[in-house]
Amino acid sequence: MARQYVTANINGEEIDFLCDPSQTLLDVLRDELQLTGTKEGCGTGDCGACSVTLDGVLVCSCLVLGAEAEGKTVETIEGMADGDELHPLQRKFIDHIALQCGICTPGLLVASRSLLEHNPNPSETEVRYWLAGNLCRCTGYQNIVTAVIDAAKEMRGN
Amino acid sequence: MGRAPSPWATSIKYEEKDLKIVGGNPSERADAADKVTGKARYTADYNLPGQLIGKVLRSPHAHANIRSIDTSAAEALTGVKAVVTCADFPDMAVEHAASGELMVNFRDVTRNVMAREKVYYDGHPVAAVAATSEAIALRALKLIKVDYEVLPHVIDVVEAMKPDAPVLHDDQFTKGVEPAPDKPSNIALRMESKLGDVEEGFNQADLIIEREFNTKPSHQGYIEPQASVATYTDGGQAEIWTSTQGHFVMRAQVAKLLQMDVSKVKVTAPELGGGFGGKNNVYLEPLAVILSRKSSRPVKMIMTRGEVFRATGPTSGTNVEIKIGATKDGKITAAQAVMKYQAGAFAGSSLPLAAITVFTRYDLENVLVTGYDVTSNRPKVAAYRAPGAPMVAFGVESVIDEIARALEIDPIEIRLLNAAKEGTQTHFGPQLGRVGYIETLEATRDHPNLNIPLSPNQGRGIATGFWFTLGAETSATLNINEDGTASLIFGTVDVTGGSRAAFAMIVAEELGIPYENVRTMSGDTSALGFNFMTAGSRGTAAGTTAAVKASRDAITRMCEVAARKWEIDVDQVEWQDGHARPAGANVGNFEPMSVAQIVKEAVWFGGTIAGHAEINVANGGPGFGAHVVDVEVDRQTGLVKVLRYTIIQDAGKAVFPDFVKGQFHGGAVQGIGMALNEEYIYDSNGVMENPGFLDYRIPVASDVPMIDTEIVEVPHPGNPYGVRGVGEVPIIPPLAAISNAIHDAVGIRMRDHPMSPPKVLKELDDAEQAEAAE
Repeated sequence: MARQYVTANINGEEIDFLCDPSQTLLDVLRDELQLTGTKEGCGTGDCGACSVTLDGVLVCSCLVLGAEAEGKTVETIEGMADGDELHPLQRKFIDHIALQCGICTPGLLVASRSLLEHNPNPSETEVRYWLAGNLCRCTGYQNIVTAVIDAAKEMRGN
Repeated sequence: MGRAPSPWATSIKYEEKDLKIVGGNPSERADAADKVTGKARYTADYNLPGQLIGKVLRSPHAHANIRSIDTSAAEALTGVKAVVTCADFPDMAVEHAASGELMVNFRDVTRNVMAREKVYYDGHPVAAVAATSEAIALRALKLIKVDYEVLPHVIDVVEAMKPDAPVLHDDQFTKGVEPAPDKPSNIALRMESKLGDVEEGFNQADLIIEREFNTKPSHQGYIEPQASVATYTDGGQAEIWTSTQGHFVMRAQVAKLLQMDVSKVKVTAPELGGGFGGKNNVYLEPLAVILSRKSSRPVKMIMTRGEVFRATGPTSGTNVEIKIGATKDGKITAAQAVMKYQAGAFAGSSLPLAAITVFTRYDLENVLVTGYDVTSNRPKVAAYRAPGAPMVAFGVESVIDEIARALEIDPIEIRLLNAAKEGTQTHFGPQLGRVGYIETLEATRDHPNLNIPLSPNQGRGIATGFWFTLGAETSATLNINEDGTASLIFGTVDVTGGSRAAFAMIVAEELGIPYENVRTMSGDTSALGFNFMTAGSRGTAAGTTAAVKASRDAITRMCEVAARKWEIDVDQVEWQDGHARPAGANVGNFEPMSVAQIVKEAVWFGGTIAGHAEINVANGGPGFGAHVVDVEVDRQTGLVKVLRYTIIQDAGKAVFPDFVKGQFHGGAVQGIGMALNEEYIYDSNGVMENPGFLDYRIPVASDVPMIDTEIVEVPHPGNPYGVRGVGEVPIIPPLAAISNAIHDAVGIRMRDHPMSPPKVLKELDDAEQAEAAE
């Protein structure tokens, strides 16, 4: 099958790529664009390790085709820090030891940023339910929830 | 645990001292920034020029003879560069080796990585393909024709033990029974261990409670599927990047399976996306190497989540009978366990570990432990965090709770009354050294969470756990760099970043230099001598001993430089606060030399400075933990909600306390998932029905509450900082703690795992009917 030519804005840059029509956005990111920060844990949308935003909407990139990114804006973990300056969520994840093995961390950070865009002042319960699509097997979620609430506080400026 | 303790093993005596760094919580960690920016590299992130993609054809049957395999059509497909079957692997004789906490047998390992005569489980590999793309590799798998003769199968451990059960291995005769049986059986081993006389003990009891417990297999559930990248070069050398908890052990196993020299295999363990014991075993590595050898191209293989569930190590499903007798004052007079453990397709479950942990929280005079290691048509079990222990603790801690209630004794007091302590004689041989079970129980008794009032349908449960700490081969090299910083290369896999931080803290403490001046990294198999894997809670505990030894070795070298410069004897130089100093005023008046000053002089006075440890670390100090859980049971749906969770555990010494608490949280939530949800479900053909995270449901963030933790510190005398293993204990108590809490809430005793809504509802209905009948 002929490969498709796709143009998308990825982490603020206009990028074009060729992909197989059946290739997922996750595979395009990892295999075609070498953006390997986005992880694959299941390939069926159950674990959230491949979370990215597509035109600002939080998605599992394993459930989106690469061709669907045409003309859209994709934000991955690689675009989260501003150069050397970590995003407050990234800093708080480090401070609160919200990561152990780290394989779920990029997806959790992308999902957490999306949460704070929708709700800058989430309760513990709201954080837990928003992140319920992102599996973490190491931390028991406690330090992740704490880090998100703390980052939200800092981002609100208090 | 595999090996007997050696008299030549190394332990460094605990010394109490003022600590500047150890015991603090550093904000900077070597791995953290890369993990939050997506730069950390896991095996699946590695790609080699010209690499092929390898995929595995797996058995759709639970049990079948392989009559023939025809790979010709697959080989003819354009883009296919290699196809392998068992014919490409040498057969292996029976030979055992330690692989993490469990033992492996190479005769079976080669059959597990690639089926030979038979397939033994749904998902068992039968062939593998390397092709220029994943799509072509998958198409090629469909072109491989395997002629199977499907055989009757058996999954359940009790079923597999029946005399008329389908037998997996015609040459497996039960070991440990006299006279030796003349018929093959799924019972690979019967083991027995005892202390005193249980008959006599039960005669002394005022109350005897005997109960049966069943648990289903559960999976480690690491988020990173197994992955391997391998290249076999023309010189007959292999280089492998793989998701493993022990790259040296993987190197040994690959070399053995492929009949290569160890020196010709190099293994790198990139960042590991979780393991929990499930990445102690070899799966893809030898396949990737053989495919690379056959195709002359690098090969990359990644399992799907379905493959991970179907073909990699879940824990044993078990049937456990516990019988405990006690006097009316609550003193235990006898304890007996019969433990039946699924091993999966090949012998070798976590039974031996279950045997040594089952009652090892109590100081008992009369114990009888009988165990059965049973093969059945399931993937060969792998270690899972305190392998074998949660299931037996489920039984024992539930029965203790029942005894305490019957005798109207507080559940903590009855444990204190019978608590294991220094000098406690175990039924499996050794006496316990200095342990902190009593201190842990006392801290639990005094915890404010025990006084929080509960509402109707809410209940509180308590249970405790014990786990040992493995020592084993541990190597480390500490290089003192030319700018005065220090780099520690260690050879275990640091899954969490915790070991990297803890070792940096230890080295900084020993050398008397800032934490920021120490960099720690895991070396590949060419960087160090053999290291055993990260298993048995040994990573940080055993690594501490190696890091201390390497640090003290480097200090000796630095003192030597100062002594040569000052022209005095080396024993006239002492190391203090990061400086070599004259040992006393009479030695001479020399300006103390810092690390940076010493390395500048080092070339002239001897050469580059490094410290080494290549040691067999003596087994470490056992850890004990107590969990208190408050639950609410929904009588309409059977749903058990965890309201509050409290963990108190003896860490010996927490090098990095916030990280230790992270281990407590993670282990407990795995235990909560195991208790309430997680189980393997098979259809009538022995095919796994829930091989994905949607249907095999591990806990999500909204399932669990915040967890309160308290670290108890009773230093282990055989570790220089008193460190005990901490990673495994926290998964042990949750099953029993939750079961006890459910009883406290609604009066039912859950003895079948998982305690999922349908099972809880059924128990509630049964209890209601029984009450109505009365």
